[in-house]
Amino acid sequence: MHNFDSIVVGGGLIGSAVSYGLARLGQKVLMLDESDNSIRAARGNFGLIWVQGKGVNHSNYADWTRQSARQWSDFSKELSELTNIDLAFEQSGGFDFCLNEKELGKRKTMMEKMAVNSVGEFNFEMLNNSELKQIMPKIGPSVAGASFSQLDGHVNPLNLLKALHKGFIHLSGILTSSAVIGIQHHQGVFQVRTKNSNYTSDKVILAAGFSNKLLATKVGLQAPLHPQRGEILVSEKIPPFLIHPTGLVRQTKDGGVLLGDSHEDVGFDEGVNINEMQKIAKRAIQIFPFLQSVKMVRAWGSLRILTNDGLPLYDQSKTCPGAFALSSHSGVTLAPVHALDIAGRIAKNSGLPPIVECFNSDRFDV
Amino acid sequence: MFKSIGKSRGESVTIVFEGRSLVVAKKLNVAAALLESGVTSFRQGEVNLNNRGPYCMMGVCFDCLITIDGLEKQQSCLIQVREGMIISRQNVNVSDDNE
Amino acid sequence: MNDSTYDLIIIGAGPAGLSAATLVSEYKIKALILDENRAPGGQIYRGIEANQKNTHNLGSGYQQGLGLVQSFRAANLEYRCSAKVWYLSNDGKVSYSIAGKSYSVHGKQILIATGAQERPFPLLGWTLDGVMSAGAAQILLKESGVVCENAVFIGTGPLLYLIAHQYISVGTPIKAIIDTTPRGNYYQALKHCFGGLWGIKDIIQGWRWRREIIQSNTQFISNVDDVRISGSDSVKSVDYLKNGIWQNLQCEHAFIHQGVVPDINISLSVGCEKIWNERLACWTIRTNEHCESSIKGISVAGDACTINGGVAAAHKGSIAALNILSQLNIISTSQRDKLVKPFKRTLKVEIAPRAFLDALFKPDQRYRIPKDDNTIVCRCEEISLADIKDSIRIGCVGANQLKCFSRCGMGLCQGRFCGLSASEIMAKELGVATSNIGYFNIRPPIKPVTLGELATLDEV
Repeated sequence: MHNFDSIVVGGGLIGSAVSYGLARLGQKVLMLDESDNSIRAARGNFGLIWVQGKGVNHSNYADWTRQSARQWSDFSKELSELTNIDLAFEQSGGFDFCLNEKELGKRKTMMEKMAVNSVGEFNFEMLNNSELKQIMPKIGPSVAGASFSQLDGHVNPLNLLKALHKGFIHLSGILTSSAVIGIQHHQGVFQVRTKNSNYTSDKVILAAGFSNKLLATKVGLQAPLHPQRGEILVSEKIPPFLIHPTGLVRQTKDGGVLLGDSHEDVGFDEGVNINEMQKIAKRAIQIFPFLQSVKMVRAWGSLRILTNDGLPLYDQSKTCPGAFALSSHSGVTLAPVHALDIAGRIAKNSGLPPIVECFNSDRFDV
Repeated sequence: MFKSIGKSRGESVTIVFEGRSLVVAKKLNVAAALLESGVTSFRQGEVNLNNRGPYCMMGVCFDCLITIDGLEKQQSCLIQVREGMIISRQNVNVSDDNE
Repeated sequence: MNDSTYDLIIIGAGPAGLSAATLVSEYKIKALILDENRAPGGQIYRGIEANQKNTHNLGSGYQQGLGLVQSFRAANLEYRCSAKVWYLSNDGKVSYSIAGKSYSVHGKQILIATGAQERPFPLLGWTLDGVMSAGAAQILLKESGVVCENAVFIGTGPLLYLIAHQYISVGTPIKAIIDTTPRGNYYQALKHCFGGLWGIKDIIQGWRWRREIIQSNTQFISNVDDVRISGSDSVKSVDYLKNGIWQNLQCEHAFIHQGVVPDINISLSVGCEKIWNERLACWTIRTNEHCESSIKGISVAGDACTINGGVAAAHKGSIAALNILSQLNIISTSQRDKLVKPFKRTLKVEIAPRAFLDALFKPDQRYRIPKDDNTIVCRCEEISLADIKDSIRIGCVGANQLKCFSRCGMGLCQGRFCGLSASEIMAKELGVATSNIGYFNIRPPIKPVTLGELATLDEV
């Protein structure tokens, strides 16, 4: 039997951010990460810190996202200094391309709505093709324009995950590779069972992606989640041509170009579909025509963990106080608030931050 | 030092490597032609920028990448030389070539 | 059936692909052979048509291939050379690129016959300019008639002795040969010497080459404790540790080799199951006796599946082809079982000495798993052993997590020259079996292809 303040189930972007945040406050934490080949959204991430377009119809989500984006700079500095890992963090704004005038019009309307709902906290710009060309000379002639938000940025998502793991271990966190097969709650103490061990703790935080669906029921919670596949292509390393992140094209610090995106209903298949790959390539070439002679090195499919409304799922158990279930498909953008705000309140036994209380599972008919 | 053996090399072609005209056997692939002509560094590694040359000669190591007729990063071990072909490298420290 | 649909698509024109193609040509099926090289023969029979008149210097094994290639040519099948296959789906779609344009075809049955590649040999200094594989030396000799004077050869395995023998035959001076065959292997191999007797002809030939090398003026060094390659920008020397002393051999070129392993990338990309083979110390593709993989409609034959050499590959190609014909209902399964018998017999004889040879030439663990932390493991991304150990320390328990944290396997070769080392390094560090570590998830494209080619795929 091993005793912990908190056991975090899941070592992806959410699990490791919360674990790091708890360890940072001196909590005794066990992070249980599954196996090498379990489904891991964290590995397939595009790396965006993205504010524009999030929570257009849900101001709490928009606020939560902006809150996180504003904390990113300090969060990044602290984490990279602790671990000596370069997160390749940049936050000088991001663009979302519109490939025709109709799209551009729709986008403008949506951004205006966001600005109004944010009560002055959200600013944006709309750019036409020639204005875009001043910033990114290689932009294609058929791109109608783009929306720009100063708060957007990007980071190396794999280095982020690595740094969270390394930081966690450095702060005396215990990391074990094991699947959880049972959770029991008895007299205020949680017993978490893996194949080879039993652990006890005061709190359990479920951040296990799709596995949350089953695990949540063990602590009196529901987690209605479903997968949606997004495909990404990555290119060979090329000289820098794009400093800012965009929703569909992002050049990494070492020169490779990431291209997205797709939204596929394929169950738990993390493979690729050549037709989707082709669509991504065509769109990328429309945006930056010179990319047609750049080589693609790898393509992959990654499963977004989605709720029916696309908003996060943050839940705390009433029947098993101290148990939480956390899920979101924006693990990069929300890393600071997961590590600081959520972990901060859990450490103080204060439940979840008020701003996210509306993201519980009661909103679904389960 | 790389050199060719055998008396009859068959037809020859002239290729241009960074301004130098080289007469090479038509049957050669670009990598073999350059090695035979004393070129051993083909490119700079993408991470630490040290000189790299062909390793496997069969298309799986991607160390023989070179610019051929304007197309960058071509696998030179898989491409046959052609009359008038123009070959160049990107940013290699050329002091190691045996001229 | 439209133009781009075939009964069978064979990927690879080495011995397995050639014999499969020649066999199916006797039946009325629509077949297509795609190969990356300019001429048929794979690696083992590379350049054989051009070399017809002077194959004797290249060994009798090489000469055997000529008949195979000639029969293939005579069969006059649909054959596309210089074709880089970069995508294969589990429902038979194949995308390939020739001269900068990509095409899609569909095969009801697919035969992967893409052969082997050099085993990674992560010596300190192996990424220096001037280091090539011994296989590369052989390809240069066979295909281009190009040799390298005064190089140092390092490693173990029949291919190393063969190329040294070939160099001596054509009068090319060799600076030295450092044989890294562990002494213990001779004892290990003796356990299988009965099986070894089946291949006695090859073994005698191998010993003859070795004796000839020793008797020539070539410096032959064995029983060394360590080897490294030194230089700053390019090779300046090869150093070896013997009897506690480091000795240097000044040179500008080194050819290194420690056996061949299956090139598993295309098979893994389509989802074929793999098995760790402890005797060969490499990953192999799981197939049944008919060469069928775990994916329906996809067969794997020859060294792309497991290492048995060129002659066995040809037999396997025929066995696979006969099964494919039965799957296409061209012949019945009982006809298949009858026709396959002679190939199975000759295959059995051909692979009988494998246990002996595999034991004899199994590379020492110290050369598969480097000791010096500065050794580069991933050539493409220049990831060192130290980088890999750092990643393991922060919680990687398998190959894919390792890839994410260290970037090992993310470069252009997509793990071909580091994946095997990474699996073994992790297994050793974590004290688990290599089969538990797994391998990188391989995804398309199998070889890099431009976005333009992908975008215009299937466009006329």
